[in-house]
Amino acid sequence: MNQTAKQNKNETNQKFEKSLQRLEEIVAAMEEGELSLEKTLQYYEEGMKLAKFCADKLGDAEKRIEALSGQDEEGTPEWSPLEQPE
Amino acid sequence: MDGATKIWTVSEVNRLIKEVLDQTFYPFRVRGEVSNLTIHRSGHVYFSLKDKRCQISAVFFRAASIARDLKLRNGMEVDVDGRVSVYEVRGTCQILVNRILPLGTGDLQKQFEELKTKLQNEGLFDPARKREIPQFPATVGVITSTQGAAIRDFCQILERRFADMHVRIYPAAVQGENAAREIAAGINFFNQNRNCEVIVLTRGGGSLEDLWPFNEELVARTVAASKIPVISAVGHETDYTISDFVADLRVPTPSAAAELVVQEKSRLRERVVNARDRITRAIRLSMSEWRRRLEKARSARALSEPSSQIRQLQQRIDEAGMKMQYAVEKKVEGNSRQLQSLNGRLQALSPRRVMQRGYSILLDARGKAVTDSRTATLDQELKAVLARGGMQVKVTSKSDNEDIGVHQ
Repeated sequence: MNQTAKQNKNETNQKFEKSLQRLEEIVAAMEEGELSLEKTLQYYEEGMKLAKFCADKLGDAEKRIEALSGQDEEGTPEWSPLEQPE
Repeated sequence: MDGATKIWTVSEVNRLIKEVLDQTFYPFRVRGEVSNLTIHRSGHVYFSLKDKRCQISAVFFRAASIARDLKLRNGMEVDVDGRVSVYEVRGTCQILVNRILPLGTGDLQKQFEELKTKLQNEGLFDPARKREIPQFPATVGVITSTQGAAIRDFCQILERRFADMHVRIYPAAVQGENAAREIAAGINFFNQNRNCEVIVLTRGGGSLEDLWPFNEELVARTVAASKIPVISAVGHETDYTISDFVADLRVPTPSAAAELVVQEKSRLRERVVNARDRITRAIRLSMSEWRRRLEKARSARALSEPSSQIRQLQQRIDEAGMKMQYAVEKKVEGNSRQLQSLNGRLQALSPRRVMQRGYSILLDARGKAVTDSRTATLDQELKAVLARGGMQVKVTSKSDNEDIGVHQ
């Protein structure tokens, strides 16, 4: 992974961390009760957005199981899905 | 035997023998030939160990898979690590085995020890060297045989944990003479391409010879040099290889490796799902609470604080009521005044009252009032009704006007 990709990954991870943290703060606030109706609705909306963002991020790495099948002329690895013996 | 003779039970004797043996025999290594081998359904392995003259029973608990991997057979020459004990129920001696080393592994064992010492002295096993395994790897590089049980177990765990993981397998022999070279090549491959965040070295159980590639110096040094953290999951729980010592982390089995790799992701997913469920529940609760409060407020208002509309209505009702009352009262009042005057007048007009003023009524024989003097005749007898009482009177004279003198 090159430098930029790595940086991006770090940023994304941080964003994820912060989002999950914020989400859990919202949970605590909403469960404590004593919120105005407007505040409750506001938090709910924000919370659901964060939850979706986090879930999407977690689902990002698609499930892929592959085995090295060779290398092309430039030495770039080639991958193919793993054949499991039945 | 002198002294007071204690009479022992068989159980007590056997127990005593066992205790004596347990306390006096330390673990040691015995060499012999395997015979009467039974791999029981329970997973325990029973056999006899014999030399030319004698034999002794042996039991290796929960070692079925180890025995199978070693291809343990009757007639095999083995070294056995264990200690002597007694099977109380039968009163027989047996060796409690904790390790079986098929013969020929003696040399390998020696090599193993030597390399281990050498690398240890170089500091390759230092805990300080070991890196943290990334909690949230996007890609896992696995070096293993594509046909083996290890990769199957590994993938099964990933499946079970619903962790969408990107797995890149570098196919390598995991036993035999090419294995060490291929394993090292795999580690280098991932390091050069930087296409995973953690490397897993894994293979299933086997004999010391089978596992030998993972004890080779080449593999050990390549693992040590890896920039990417390495997890070693080689053989059975009880197998330890040099790669286990050098790696950043050793786990007992391929399944354990998979569990470790996905655990953080699973946990994070759980946190997200959990949080989402809780805020949904919280808002539902809030909504019903708010509804309840609203209802309460509405009904409360109606009782203690009538709305202006209701108030006005009430007032109008009140006023109307008052008016009616007044009217009725007035009417009654008026009526009574009228009545009274009527009454007065009536009373004034009552004959009695008139008669009290001095008038009397003259009635003829038929009871008819005489109002005209011309209807009366001289000497007619009339009845006079006075205010009080009455009289029988005779007409003595009469006239046309009222002016009637008494002395005429």
